[in-house]
Amino acid sequence: MGSRASTLLREEEIEEIKKETGFSHSQITRLYSRFTSLDKGENGTLSREDFQRIPELAINPLGDRIINAFFPEGEDQVNFRGFMRTLAHFRPIEDNEKNKNPPTSEPLNSRTNKLLFAFRLYDLDRDDKISRDELLQVLRMMVGVNISDEQLGSIADRTIQEADTNGDNSISFSEFIKVLEKVDVEQKMSIRFLH
Amino acid sequence: HNVRKCTVNKTFDLALDLTHAKMEDFWAGALWALEIWLYLIISLIMVPAMFGFSLGISETYMNILVKTLEWATLKIQTAHAEEEVLKRSSSNELEELRRSRPKLLGGDFTLSDCFYFTRRGIESIVDDEVTQRFSSEELVSWNLLTRTNNHFQYISLKLTLVYGLGIFIRYCILAPLRITLAIIGLSWLVIGTSAVGLLPNGRVKSWLSEWAHVMCYRICARGLSAAIRYHNRENKPRKGGICVANHTTPIDIVILCNDACYAMVGQIHGGLMGVVQRAMVRSCPHVWFERAEMKDRHLVTKRLTDHVNDKTKLPILIFPEGTCINNTSVMMFKKGSFEIGATIYPVAIKYDPKFGDAFWNSSKYSMISYLLRMMTSWALVCNVWYLPAMHQQAGEDAVQFANRVKSAIARQGGLVDLQWDGGLKRGKVKETFKEQQQKMYSSMVVGEDSSSSD
Repeated sequence: MGSRASTLLREEEIEEIKKETGFSHSQITRLYSRFTSLDKGENGTLSREDFQRIPELAINPLGDRIINAFFPEGEDQVNFRGFMRTLAHFRPIEDNEKNKNPPTSEPLNSRTNKLLFAFRLYDLDRDDKISRDELLQVLRMMVGVNISDEQLGSIADRTIQEADTNGDNSISFSEFIKVLEKVDVEQKMSIRFLH
Repeated sequence: HNVRKCTVNKTFDLALDLTHAKMEDFWAGALWALEIWLYLIISLIMVPAMFGFSLGISETYMNILVKTLEWATLKIQTAHAEEEVLKRSSSNELEELRRSRPKLLGGDFTLSDCFYFTRRGIESIVDDEVTQRFSSEELVSWNLLTRTNNHFQYISLKLTLVYGLGIFIRYCILAPLRITLAIIGLSWLVIGTSAVGLLPNGRVKSWLSEWAHVMCYRICARGLSAAIRYHNRENKPRKGGICVANHTTPIDIVILCNDACYAMVGQIHGGLMGVVQRAMVRSCPHVWFERAEMKDRHLVTKRLTDHVNDKTKLPILIFPEGTCINNTSVMMFKKGSFEIGATIYPVAIKYDPKFGDAFWNSSKYSMISYLLRMMTSWALVCNVWYLPAMHQQAGEDAVQFANRVKSAIARQGGLVDLQWDGGLKRGKVKETFKEQQQKMYSSMVVGEDSSSSD
């Protein structure tokens, strides 16, 4: 029944999540409703199948990579805290936050953290660099069968060439940031959350 | 000592006699109450239902109900401000992707291309168009039913009292009444149609069969406290056509059949449903299939076509979505019934969620528990719009025709028109949609819209 939503999430937990992610109280309860409605097994965690059940996500070419971002290394279940932590990356950066003195730890939705999320989409083996192979695999996910291997290979080579500054034939995170420094990351990697 | 025993025995016997008398009284009284109860039901509800007029009792009930709910709504401070509806622009996705990329010569790939897909993916995780259609609609303000209590907390003593009174009324007064009516209605359907089936074929038989059907459905409708309003009755489906409607619950059939007579299409079930189905087909032709026959598309189409071409047979009632949707949207219509080439009479059904949630969530509730929930709701209020007949136009294939009818129904009923398949309730989405997205993206990388490409 729907009344589970507000009773199972304790106030202390909501406060902790608020501090960690910056979401408002009502946003957290709303996202908790969404979490429980996705949780068909009703065990308080989401599995990869629960995400796959969303049709719009299942047809997204990068769907699998996005789902993977929710699960920590080697784990198959994500609880509500982990769910919120990942979604927090996409909270829009509010104007008053930009001007405030930077807090002791960087907020989850800072520009750097948003770029880190995107970097991890490409970095399949989580070794903090994007190799040619990894780039090719992600490219293949996005284009499907419509582009030949050779063409895709040359696209990957050119991308690495443009980004790589230290000559190790792979893209590190700082090189990634440099390439995208002119891109409006704050707007492109943010979604509007209803209040 | 013996005297005392005698007295004890005597008192004991006396007590036994008294209890016996009381018990008999009790049973006699109970029987008497039951008789009164049945007479009341028959006179006040069944007779008007059979002959189609109303005594105004349900109208008064509905008025009181509406006033009470309005009062309750005012009492509850809706902390929900008008929520900004996050309407994702339905504009061409390709354009959106193109606009979001930095200006590049000759198409090509940049590392920021993943941003678009990532953002769309996360948006669909936070809220998507499809999965919400398979569970009951969320209400903006509470309607004093336990089952819709999602976010509403304790407000005031008066409200809680009304709520408690509501529970008493619904479970102790309304529910037994409605269950009695439902049983009477169903048994009448079986008995009445079997009786009519004994008559020889002819005008009298079809007239009587229609009367028997409609009467039974009227009783069932009263059994659910259904208040139905029909609009545009001049467009009512006629013989030799197919009536299509959006599907929310099996009760849709009762709603539609209160006003006109239809031939049903479906699979023969066993048990009670099977008995009802077999009885119904005795008085007028319905199209029932064996389970194995349902798989054979040609057989199904042929039987439907034969039925439609016989101008004496009733219009067929079909729900092209194939499954129950929660009445906030209309999902993809299966093209089978649109290939036959008959006149299509679209009907839009919209339930008012304030009085009770009509949606049957078949994965959550069995049929019996669903019916019990229906009988303990306040009432069932719905609007039925008959839309003008539609024909397949030249140069239009079945899928386009189906979509055109679907849009018309969605527009009339105020429902969201979705392209997604209702089968997604249980099944996986087809790979072809993902391949479409990939193809679209590839065309941008390769740069088909520019002069130079690699």
